[in-house]
Amino acid sequence: MFQYEAPEGARLIQVWINGKEWTVPEGLTLIQAMWYTGHEVIHGIGCLGGVCGACAAVYRMPGNFRLFNALACQTLVKEGMAFSLIASYPTQRAHYDIETLPDPKEGLFELYPESATCRNCNACTEVCPQGIDVRTSVWQAAFGDFKGVAESTMSCVMCGLCVSRCIAEMAPHEIALYARRAYGSRELPFPENLRHRIDAVHSGSFDRDLERLSHLSLEELKQECGVK
Amino acid sequence: MTPSTPYDHLPEFDPTEPVKIDPLDRKNLLDRYYPDYRTDHKSTLMVGPNAGDIVPDEIAEILQSRSLLGKGRSNEIPAQPDIEVDLLIIGGGGAGMTAAIFAQESGARVLLATKLRVGDSNTVMAEGGIQVALGEDDSPVQHFKDAYRGGHFTGDPELLSVLVKEGPDIIGWLIRKGVLFDRDPTGNLSLRKGGGTTRHRLISAKDYTGLEIIRVLKEDLLNSGVTIWEFSPAVELLQGPEGSCAGAILRDVDNGSLKWVKAKSVLLATGGTGRLHIGSFATSNHFGATGDGLVMSYRLGARLVNMESFQYHPTGVIYPSEMAGMLITEAVRGAGARMFNAHGKRFVPELETRDVVAAAIIRECEEGRGVRTPSGHSGVYLDLTSIDRDMGEGTVARRFPNIVKLMGKHQVDCTVQPILVYPTLHYQNGGVSVDVSGHTSIPGLYVAGEVSGGVHGKNRLMGNSLLEVFVYGRRVGLIASQESSARKPFSWHEVSLGHVSRFEADLEKEFPGTPLSEAPVLFPDYRKHPDNTMA
Repeated sequence: MFQYEAPEGARLIQVWINGKEWTVPEGLTLIQAMWYTGHEVIHGIGCLGGVCGACAAVYRMPGNFRLFNALACQTLVKEGMAFSLIASYPTQRAHYDIETLPDPKEGLFELYPESATCRNCNACTEVCPQGIDVRTSVWQAAFGDFKGVAESTMSCVMCGLCVSRCIAEMAPHEIALYARRAYGSRELPFPENLRHRIDAVHSGSFDRDLERLSHLSLEELKQECGVK
Repeated sequence: MTPSTPYDHLPEFDPTEPVKIDPLDRKNLLDRYYPDYRTDHKSTLMVGPNAGDIVPDEIAEILQSRSLLGKGRSNEIPAQPDIEVDLLIIGGGGAGMTAAIFAQESGARVLLATKLRVGDSNTVMAEGGIQVALGEDDSPVQHFKDAYRGGHFTGDPELLSVLVKEGPDIIGWLIRKGVLFDRDPTGNLSLRKGGGTTRHRLISAKDYTGLEIIRVLKEDLLNSGVTIWEFSPAVELLQGPEGSCAGAILRDVDNGSLKWVKAKSVLLATGGTGRLHIGSFATSNHFGATGDGLVMSYRLGARLVNMESFQYHPTGVIYPSEMAGMLITEAVRGAGARMFNAHGKRFVPELETRDVVAAAIIRECEEGRGVRTPSGHSGVYLDLTSIDRDMGEGTVARRFPNIVKLMGKHQVDCTVQPILVYPTLHYQNGGVSVDVSGHTSIPGLYVAGEVSGGVHGKNRLMGNSLLEVFVYGRRVGLIASQESSARKPFSWHEVSLGHVSRFEADLEKEFPGTPLSEAPVLFPDYRKHPDNTMA
C-alpha cells in the first residue's frame, strides 16, 4: 500500500496539534503529521492538492506573537509549531441569479451591504494563504471594478480565513465570487467563437457526419479516425 | 549538514529532439511498461456481472467485498424511510452538482448526498482545461476523431458523439453563470493544444479551471433549493421491484447513523478510484476517490466496462516526497515544457498520448536512467524553463500561477528549476457501463462522470473528462428526473437488501472461509499504525 513518507533520515521535531504535544518527522505536511500521530481527519480535508480550501489552519511559532495561517495539505511542520485546523468558518451567503440581476453593481450593495464598510486594517490580505491582496479586491468590488477583482482573486480557494479576521465582519471571498461572476456573466461579451459553434450545432451542421461515424464498423472507424 | 537532493547535480539538458515513435514501438512500449498491460498485480473476478474479467488486485478486492452493514441487516430495514425523493444524486463533484441543478430546475424533488463537502471532488482539481471544438479549422466531428483515436479505438462511438455535440452548449451555460475562461485579445475563448489532438481545442481558466467552475456552480447549487446532505456517503444501494434500484443507505460520518433514502431514480456520480492507490502508485485524486459507486452498483448487478483500464498521468510530482502524486498539468508540455532523463536526454515526444509518455517515464526509471530521490524513488525532469525561453520571460508565471505557487511552497522555483516527476494514478477510464442516457443495466440506476465507463475507451485525452462531467451531468440529471415521474409507484415494503445477501452468498461459495475486505472503502487510511511506519 502506498504511504506518504518523510525523507530518509528526517529529524524528529516537537509540534502541538490542537493543543497537544507530539513528536513527528520533519518534512511532513500538517495533515500528514496528523495522520502520523493517528488522527482521523475528515472535516478539514479535501483535495490534498491545495485548491479546495477545506484545510485552512492557524499556527503559532515559539517566541513569536504573530498568528500564521496556512493550507494544512501544503504546509510543512516546523520545530515548535502549534497548529489547529479551521475546517469551516460560518459565512452568510447571498441568494441571487447572476443572469437576471437588474444592475450587478448596485446589486453588490443590496446583497452585501457590508462590502462598503472596509476599515482598511489589511488583516484579510495578511491572512490569505493564497497571497491574494484581499483588501484591494474588496475596494475594487466596492468601486465597481469587477474586472480588477477577477484578476486579483482568481486563485481564491474559498477557505474563509479572510472572514475569520475581518473587523467589518464581511466575507471577502463571497464578495469576490459575486464580482467575478458579474464580470464574466454580465460585463464580458459572450465569446463569438463559441456563439458561432453553438449556432452551427443547433442548426444541425454536424449531425449527418456524427451520425455516420456512430454507425461505421470498427474497421471503418479505425480507417476514418486513425490518421492524425 | 543539508541532506542531498536531486537538485544537487543537475545534468546538462540536451535540447535534441526525441525520436518519433512508430506504431510498433508504441505497442511494445505500452505492453512492456504501461501498468494496464502488465500482467503482475492482476486478478480474475470470480463473482458478479463481470466474472471472468481481469482487473487490478485493488479493484478485485473492492468489488469482491462484504457490505459495511454487517450480518443480519435484512431484518433491520426501518418501518419508514428517512426521506423520500424523486431523484437521489450520490456524489457532489462536477457531474453530481450539474445534474442536481438541472434536475431541480425541471421540477424534481432532489436530494444530493456527498461524502465530504459539495465540490470536494476530482473536478475541482482539474488544472489544464476542457476540450471543446471551437476553432475555425475544428469541428465536433474532428473532436470525435481525435478522442476515438486517443482512446485506441475502444471508446463507445455513440457516447462520444453526444459528448462532442453537446460540448459547446454546456460551455455556454457555464459562461452565462459567470465562469471566467481565458480570452484572446478579440474576446474569443483562447484555444490551446493538449496531447493527442490535432487541433487547438482546450479552453481554460489559467491553471485553475476546475476550481473556477466549482466555485460558481457550488454557489448556485447551494442557492437552488436542492436538499443537500454533506458528510453523508452512500454505503449501499436499495433494491426495488424486479431488480430495480429504489434508493440508498447513507451514513452520517459524524455520528455513524444510517439514513434510508427512498428514491424513484438514483444517479451515481461518485467519481474515481485514485485513493485505492492501484499498483501502489501515488495519486492526484482527492481524498474521497475510493470507487464507492463501483462497489455498490456491482452488488446490485450493474455491468462494468474497461475496469482494467486506468490513466496514470505522466507527470505527477515525485520529489519533494510530501507532494507525491500532485499533478503537473499536461498543458505545460502543450506550452513547450520538455522532459529529460538523468543523463539530460529527451526520451519521448512530450506531446504523445498520456499512456505513451507515462510508459516511457517508467521505462527510463526501470532501466536505470531515472533520477533518484532521497526516499528511494526515481523520476525524470520536467523542465518548464524552455517555455519562458520560447514564449517570453514570465509566461510560466502568467499561465501556470498555481503550479508556481504550490511548488514554491516546497522550495522548488519551477520558473528556473526542473520539476521531478513520475506517473501518478489519475483517472479511471472504465466504470459502470452506460448508454447515452446514463442508463445502467439496472432500472432506476443512472450513472454520470468518472464512475461511468465507455466514452473514453481505454485512454482519455486531456480535457475530455471535464467536458464529460458537465455534458453528461446535465443530460443524465434531466433524463433521470423525467423518468422518475414516469416510474410505476412502489411501496417501501418492496424495498430490500436482498441483492447484498445474494452477493455475499455467492462470495461465500467462491471464497469459502476466506476473510474478505469490507467496502465501500469511503476513506483511505494513512494513519500510522504499529505495523505501518511512515518515517
